[in-house]
Amino acid sequence: MSMLELRDVTKVYGQGVTVVNALGGVNLTVEPGAMVAVMGPSGSGKSTLLTIAGSLEDPTEGEVLIDGAPLSRMSRNAKARLRRRSIGYVFQDFNLLPGLTAVENVALPLELDGISGRRARAAGQRVLDDLGLSERADQFPDQLSGGERQRVAIARAVVGDRHLLLADEPSGALDSVNGEAVMRLVHDACKRGVAAVVVTHDAKLASWADRVVFLRDGHIVDQTAPPAGPESLLTIPGQSQ
Amino acid sequence: MSVRHALLALLSEGPKYGLQLREEFEARTGEVWPLNVGQVYTTLQRLERDGLIESDDATEMGPQKGFRITVGGAEELAAWLRTPPDLSSPPRDELVMKVLVALRVPGVDVHDLIQVHRRYLVELMQQWTRLKEDEAKFDLSLALVVDAELFRLDSVIRWLDAAEGRLKRAAADRATESTATPAPPPAAAPLPNLRRRTGVRR
Repeated sequence: MSMLELRDVTKVYGQGVTVVNALGGVNLTVEPGAMVAVMGPSGSGKSTLLTIAGSLEDPTEGEVLIDGAPLSRMSRNAKARLRRRSIGYVFQDFNLLPGLTAVENVALPLELDGISGRRARAAGQRVLDDLGLSERADQFPDQLSGGERQRVAIARAVVGDRHLLLADEPSGALDSVNGEAVMRLVHDACKRGVAAVVVTHDAKLASWADRVVFLRDGHIVDQTAPPAGPESLLTIPGQSQ
Repeated sequence: MSVRHALLALLSEGPKYGLQLREEFEARTGEVWPLNVGQVYTTLQRLERDGLIESDDATEMGPQKGFRITVGGAEELAAWLRTPPDLSSPPRDELVMKVLVALRVPGVDVHDLIQVHRRYLVELMQQWTRLKEDEAKFDLSLALVVDAELFRLDSVIRWLDAAEGRLKRAAADRATESTATPAPPPAAAPLPNLRRRTGVRR
């Protein structure tokens, strides 16, 4: 079963002369363990697609299913629970709470879900350990570098039993080495079975995905074929080893 | 890639045998540029002829023949490293030509054409990234080579993005102009002087 499915999703903002058709009939499925990148220029509907996929906004028409369950049939409480337990979000500007330490930021979604503070922090610490941030757990966001802050944001998105990771320009303004480190983390999460959707205009980030879909004016206009292995790059025509 | 200078670089570390040079060349360039055996030995012969390397004995050219770099060879290598490659004149870029030509061909959707090329480039980048993910973690040379390819392909995609944005803006400007002052459609812009602008280098 797909972890995420968008069926004919349309989103219209405003009305009359100010109407904006942000998304028009988008269909997208993401299987467990797969990473899909969504590329498109500013205003193409990338972020809208992500907020609708993450149940932060409702579509005007169409249906979103997460792990087979249609969001339209869920109560507000059920959707809020789904967001706390199953979906991890990573935003360009990290969105860490400045008054909480790294480990407290990571543990927050678990605590909001009713898990005891001690257990939540232990789970948070484990994820930070995995991401090489053991020593930084008790630092506040303003004591961390940009790359570290984004790793904490990713830790928060994958803590607990999350199986859908939604990332909007996850490498933000990071340099290319840190940007690559961020994509490696997303990629590793997918290897563990997490389904990920990464919205970006950066082809270097998108190329980490199993599939890249291209969004233009609210429509998916194209997508990449399943990638061939890298072996083909290693032989130069006309030359033998 | 200059095989000649790569071999000089390997010999700058110390004397080596023919076979060793071939193996190290492949390892250093991340196996992205496989080299055939003949190419190594022909290049070594030329380097010896030019006095840039010398061999210990008169053994026949082959895997067991040993070489070392000369003072002249070391100077040649140092000069080559610091000489910037010729990136000054724009090379003839086939993709740029295709997009320019597409603007003039009736019935061709330039945006569609741009997307075809963009998708192809992203697919290529995906292949390069796979390589990085599997092996580059442990191989600095390969990681550097793959990064160079990714940045090069990425820059072409960025140009396509910029071209598409420019075309959209131009179309919007034309639409505004035609609403403001009804006038006959403007004549198509003259084709730039491609020969001059994209000057053929080779």
